[in-house]
Amino acid sequence: MVGICSYGGYIPRYRLSRMTIVQNMAWYFPVIMAVSQGEKSVANWDEDALSMAVSAAYDCMTGKDRKILGGVYLASTTLPFADRLNAGILATALNASEQDVINADFSACLKSGTTATIAAVEAVKSGERDNILVAASDLRTTKIATMYEMFLGDGAAALLIGSEDVIAEFKGSYSINCDFIDHYRARDKNFDYGWEERWVRDEGYGKIIPDAIGGFLKKSGMAITDFAKIIYPCYFTGTHRDIAKKLGIDPTKAQDNMHTVCGDTGSAHPLIMLIAALEKAQPGDKFLMCSFGQGCDVLCFEATDKIKSFKGPKGISGALANKEALVNYQKYTKFRDLLVADLGIRGEANPNTSLTALWRNRNMIMGIKGVKCKQCGTVQFPPTAMCVNPDCNAIREFNDHEFADKQAEVLMFTGDMLSPSVDPPAVYGLVAMEGGGRILVDFTDCDLNKVKVGQKANLSFRKRQTDDLRGFTGYFWKAIPVTEGGA
Amino acid sequence: MASGIKDKVAIIGMGCTKFGERWDKGADDLMLDAFQEALADAGIDKNQIQAAWFGNCFDEVAVGKSALPASLSLRLNNIAVTRVENFCASGTEAFRGAVYAVASGAYDIALAIGVEKLKDIGYGGLPEFGSAMGSLTGQWFPNMTAPGGFAMLASGYSSKYKIDISEIKRAMAHVSVKSHANGVKSPKAHLRKAVTEEQVLNSPMVAYPLGLFDCCGVSDGSACAIVTTPEIARSLGKKDLISVKALQLSLSNGQEFQYHTWDGAHFVTTSKASKQAYEEAGIKNPRKEISLMEVHDCFSITELVTMEDLHISERGKAPKDIMDGFYDADGKIPCQIDGGLKCFGHPIGASGLRMLYEIYNQILGRAGERQLKDPKLGLTHNLGGFPLMNVCSVAIVGRYNGGKGV
Repeated sequence: MVGICSYGGYIPRYRLSRMTIVQNMAWYFPVIMAVSQGEKSVANWDEDALSMAVSAAYDCMTGKDRKILGGVYLASTTLPFADRLNAGILATALNASEQDVINADFSACLKSGTTATIAAVEAVKSGERDNILVAASDLRTTKIATMYEMFLGDGAAALLIGSEDVIAEFKGSYSINCDFIDHYRARDKNFDYGWEERWVRDEGYGKIIPDAIGGFLKKSGMAITDFAKIIYPCYFTGTHRDIAKKLGIDPTKAQDNMHTVCGDTGSAHPLIMLIAALEKAQPGDKFLMCSFGQGCDVLCFEATDKIKSFKGPKGISGALANKEALVNYQKYTKFRDLLVADLGIRGEANPNTSLTALWRNRNMIMGIKGVKCKQCGTVQFPPTAMCVNPDCNAIREFNDHEFADKQAEVLMFTGDMLSPSVDPPAVYGLVAMEGGGRILVDFTDCDLNKVKVGQKANLSFRKRQTDDLRGFTGYFWKAIPVTEGGA
Repeated sequence: MASGIKDKVAIIGMGCTKFGERWDKGADDLMLDAFQEALADAGIDKNQIQAAWFGNCFDEVAVGKSALPASLSLRLNNIAVTRVENFCASGTEAFRGAVYAVASGAYDIALAIGVEKLKDIGYGGLPEFGSAMGSLTGQWFPNMTAPGGFAMLASGYSSKYKIDISEIKRAMAHVSVKSHANGVKSPKAHLRKAVTEEQVLNSPMVAYPLGLFDCCGVSDGSACAIVTTPEIARSLGKKDLISVKALQLSLSNGQEFQYHTWDGAHFVTTSKASKQAYEEAGIKNPRKEISLMEVHDCFSITELVTMEDLHISERGKAPKDIMDGFYDADGKIPCQIDGGLKCFGHPIGASGLRMLYEIYNQILGRAGERQLKDPKLGLTHNLGGFPLMNVCSVAIVGRYNGGKGV
């Protein structure tokens, strides 16, 4: 049996009420008022498609050994590197094996998430490999006061495709591939260029998705009524409804397009919607997951008995529950680098990133790995050649020690207004890790007024430094203080 | 068995420029001014100096690499000049080099000079470390500034001693009010304006919980010392000799931020360096024996915590001693009688020597308006880096009693 063995979700903590956008920008383009329901998810300034994928992937691998991964596929239209395997960065962040694995990026199309899933399923079915992690993520920057600004949100999802402990069995797929250009984004352009909405709705979503589902039903011999949920992205809520009507889908069985809770998350969206459905699935439930982008992929899954006892990941419901209102529209535009604010001369310092040092220390930097002394058991970060315990000082006698999924406790901290930051003050501090070790680390997704000594914190993979001159993004981990009542 | 540095070396001349925003002068000018004052004070000719140590920290923005800037500025006679850099201990390190050189017998007369030209960078605060952090640190370290690094200490201290941050803020404010009051009487200080506790408490936040007036100034300046043996000093006709009683340095080895024992409420290095310095100087009870101190008050919280690591205030009791006026100009141990870093600012390479300059003048009775009554023994302290990883120097100088007693 081949199918989904686990899933993970990530929706950024910050949510921007669409009314906030309307209040700030409707003077410029009043049409946005028509879609002002609910809120959209907004990635923090130190997040990108890759960092969100890492968060979703860690969620997906909760309680699982990441060394079992036979491959890591990453789907997104907004990956940071055009030539440096982004999936490889994800795999390094996961401390996955570097031997006998296949990692690959799926890009340049919003159906890349479902295409990557099909590729993973086919690889596992072939028997050549097992346990492929598929992550899909998008963080699309939009011009202000546009429909895209209203519709699009940020998020990521991950599926573990394998042959053991399958919770949703793969039952077949059907794809339409055609060069329908509802929008496109040229290399080196920051924004999408979109065609008239009416055409996109009627000739795009409204025809291609039904055609693909029809194709699948014909190929499989199944009926639309066989499915517990039919999942297809379409941020035009009216069109989303019309597609259901056209296909004879019971409105309660058309999975919500999540416009009001996070917005359309691009490549990740079909997977995010599928996970939201799987979280409520009963054994025997069948699901159709469709995508949209230069065609449409349709994938069929059936929940197994194992879904009853499946737990671990926070999933999409957990990620959606962990939220904080972003009330300041200007802050959102600054997060997306749409506002030019002055970092000051202090912010000009821009040394390049030593790629040799990064290679030697990739497990430390990307995978936040420390070491544990074989002699005295002291855990330390960063890993250095001699044990820091003054009564031990053993030399190079260490085992690896992973911190990523361990909780931290704040020992000391500050909020620094002098430090150049996109979101001042720069909050950072020294934390003690559960199971030993201390890490001096940036804090993120937090309010200085709520940070306290003794507070628990979780680690999150984030952008550490962005080198616009040379186009390099450096990553490290940051601490997110756990606020009372928050997730 | 090492016998320590006590009374092996005497200071025969010191110089110090006016500290401040010296838009008018470069590092070479500043060094020359400090040097000329020291030469006149020592009453020697430049060519009697046989070796020199030069302290400078941000060479990238100040003078460039090597000891050549000092050798060129002072037109030294092709003698040995060594540049030392050890963060904020750089000035004291230059002094240590010169003192040890004389004590070893390798040279008769040596010079220690420090300079920093911070105000040529175009922005406030210390220069950004940028590529000076090394190839790996910048890839994971927070963009920690000096105030941010030290501010963390306040949260650690507050948590350890269960003293509310507002109470610590008040004690920190008193530290700054006291230093500003002293700075008014210090003609060479950069900031010479008294401030009130209210002004300090209401100053804009720089790095929580440190406000602007919890931070020392940023200045240009130079200071220097000429040292020799007590015997040569006497032969040069010097009567009231100031000798070096102790010179200690302690550096972090990573335990603070990598091991589990550090409480985040004290300086491991200062605690050790001061203890060794007292032993070297033969001081049994520093709270009773030290006449005055010039400590590294880069931030008010640094001075507060340092009072405990110098073993003057008991652990957790520095705020009380501070509020009781123990370290005020009329207290038991005046601290920062010249205004400290708070008022002089912190031209890094010069600061350690500037501190010694004040102790030297106080003991010689030349401190003008701020002269203390009969000081005998003074301590200087520098703390470079951050509380969680730092370089600490402690120096003690005092009256030379022919090698007998303190």
